[in-house]
Amino acid sequence: MKKSIADIMAIRESMQSQIILRDNVDAEKEIHIIVGMGTCGINAGAREVFNALVDYVEEHELKGVRVTRTGCLGDCDDEPMIEVHVPGKEKEIYKKVTAEQAVEIIKKLAK
Amino acid sequence: MYRTHILVCGGTGCHSNNSGKIREAFEEQIKARGLENDVCVVGTGCFGLCAVGPIIIIYPEGAFYSCVKVEDVPEIIEEHIVKGRLVERLLYHEKALGNKAVHSLAETNFYKKQTRVALRNCGVINPEKIDEYIARDGYQALIKCLTQLTPQQIIDIVSASGLRGRGGAGFPTGRKWQFAKNQVNDTKYVCCNADEGDPGAFMDRSVLEGDPHAVLEAMTIAGYAIGSHQGYIYVRAEYPIAVERLKIAIAQSREYGLLGDDILGTGFSFDIELKLGSGAFVCGEETALMTSIEGHRGEPRPRPPFPAVKGLFGKPTILNNVETYANITQIIMNGPEWFAAMGTEKSKGTKVFALGGKITNTGLVEIPMGTTLREIIEDIGGGCPNGKKFKAAQTGGPSGGCIPAEHLDIPIDYDNLISIGSMMGSGGMIVMDEDNCMVDIAKFFLEFTVDESCGKCTPCRIGNRRLLEYLEKITSGKATMQDLDDMEQLCYYIKANSLCGLGQTAPNPVLSTLRYFRDEYEAHIKERRCPAHVCKQLIQYKITDKCIGCTACARKCPVGAISGVRGQMHVIDQDKCVKCGQCMSICPKKAIIKE
Repeated sequence: MKKSIADIMAIRESMQSQIILRDNVDAEKEIHIIVGMGTCGINAGAREVFNALVDYVEEHELKGVRVTRTGCLGDCDDEPMIEVHVPGKEKEIYKKVTAEQAVEIIKKLAK
Repeated sequence: MYRTHILVCGGTGCHSNNSGKIREAFEEQIKARGLENDVCVVGTGCFGLCAVGPIIIIYPEGAFYSCVKVEDVPEIIEEHIVKGRLVERLLYHEKALGNKAVHSLAETNFYKKQTRVALRNCGVINPEKIDEYIARDGYQALIKCLTQLTPQQIIDIVSASGLRGRGGAGFPTGRKWQFAKNQVNDTKYVCCNADEGDPGAFMDRSVLEGDPHAVLEAMTIAGYAIGSHQGYIYVRAEYPIAVERLKIAIAQSREYGLLGDDILGTGFSFDIELKLGSGAFVCGEETALMTSIEGHRGEPRPRPPFPAVKGLFGKPTILNNVETYANITQIIMNGPEWFAAMGTEKSKGTKVFALGGKITNTGLVEIPMGTTLREIIEDIGGGCPNGKKFKAAQTGGPSGGCIPAEHLDIPIDYDNLISIGSMMGSGGMIVMDEDNCMVDIAKFFLEFTVDESCGKCTPCRIGNRRLLEYLEKITSGKATMQDLDDMEQLCYYIKANSLCGLGQTAPNPVLSTLRYFRDEYEAHIKERRCPAHVCKQLIQYKITDKCIGCTACARKCPVGAISGVRGQMHVIDQDKCVKCGQCMSICPKKAIIKE
């Protein structure tokens, strides 16, 4: 079907959030959130935490924030744990994070 | 909403290495595990580092897996997708960092020095999905042109950017468009030269395979700017993937009303047709290309009249190269100042090079003009493999020349390359190390041009054949110093008198190797010796006293030239030897030498 200019703009809007994950932002300037997803982490709910973070990035089209997974972060009884790297600051580690808390954390970072 | 994107390279290099099967395996197993709503598998265009293909990139991590096989797919899914652990053994290992595993593409030396403009979408989007192109600001430049800019304003922007033709000659694109716009005629044409025929060049192919819509959009903009309603893309039939993706892209654009009548309701109409070339090198020359589109035998004609005045079907025509078009949308979106800020005084923007030959990181690189050859070869390309010494780089294909090590630090732009006897060309860059004989290289390129000469004019048809005969005489050790002088004279004669660019540039590989490697030519003539041990008629294989008499070479020799008693040193009968080198490669003691 033929599209109008408004249609093209609408496609752009809706597709952008889907491919924003593939943006290769300069690694030294971006905020990096790492979710520990070893067996222990997944068991404790790390997958939900990870999903909540990625969804938030996509919904709000955050640029310069990268959410990635890693294996066990070491303190298995404190999982799910997340590590936050903000350029120029000491890294922060959060323990026993829930999906809601993760969203709180990323909200503050994005400000 | 997908939380993980698995990008599988679908460029020609990775495709021929089975990347299609890898993509299917990912799709199947993702489905089998019920992850199809979380993970999407995307086939993309070329990532650039073809040497380590097939390449897989997984986002959000940006993890960069190289040399992946179909058998590796279950492990990647189990470890990376399900458990979130990177599969270390498949990550790309950077030699320059002591073979350390590199976690993401952006961290590699290969990518750090690159600036991607023409290749911005290659390896990022699925080229068969117009929506992904639109998401990356695709067709925004066209909308801007049709709704906010007049044709003259567009041409002024292109002129101000300083963009020059990326096909080789470097003619200013804005000026070319202005000539065509100034012609008063109801029918004008916009053509795209995708007849990339230089040995070792695959820049345009990768753009078409990875981002076909960028070319379609830019051609439509060009059509609006010069007042044309029909475009032609002349693409080689030997590029099946590029042709297929162009067909898909054109169909999608027509469906969306981005090609055809009354584009996006603006009243402007433009359509594009594909023409397949059957592999004649001369058809990359602009007048021959147009003759071929018209349905005639692809032969050049004299200029003037230039195509902007009298081109395709006798109408005003512009013809630009694929990479030139790939820059246009970015210039419109980011402004001419942005583009002109990159590069050198007279060469703006970036240039894509296809790195090949004796280089570690074979692949596709895009660098700002003014980058030195040393940065491309040593930092991005990773130098010559096996610790061999760099000897020369050939740019510009059969029309260009060799750049020796002494000029490695020259900033690359159109004018600098010409001043050292080579040319930008379309962007093929073949690296040669100490094992390459420069006379043999010149002969290789001349064999190519002799084959590809269309035969219309005598200087090219006969002159180049004679030139090749001189080279054959030299490489077989039968030439005199007088021949060398005569050969040089003939080069200038061919350059001055040929009809089209093919003949005018064909002697360049000979002239540039003569300029920088005259000693090699002289060694062939005076000493009957090939310094690099390449020219067969000037080398001898000999067995040294390291020989243990194992008889392996004697059994391998296809002509029975090797004889000797088991346990004792063997000898090669030089009259029988055909110099195939099989004895040298099979000898367990490295007792056979070439001299």
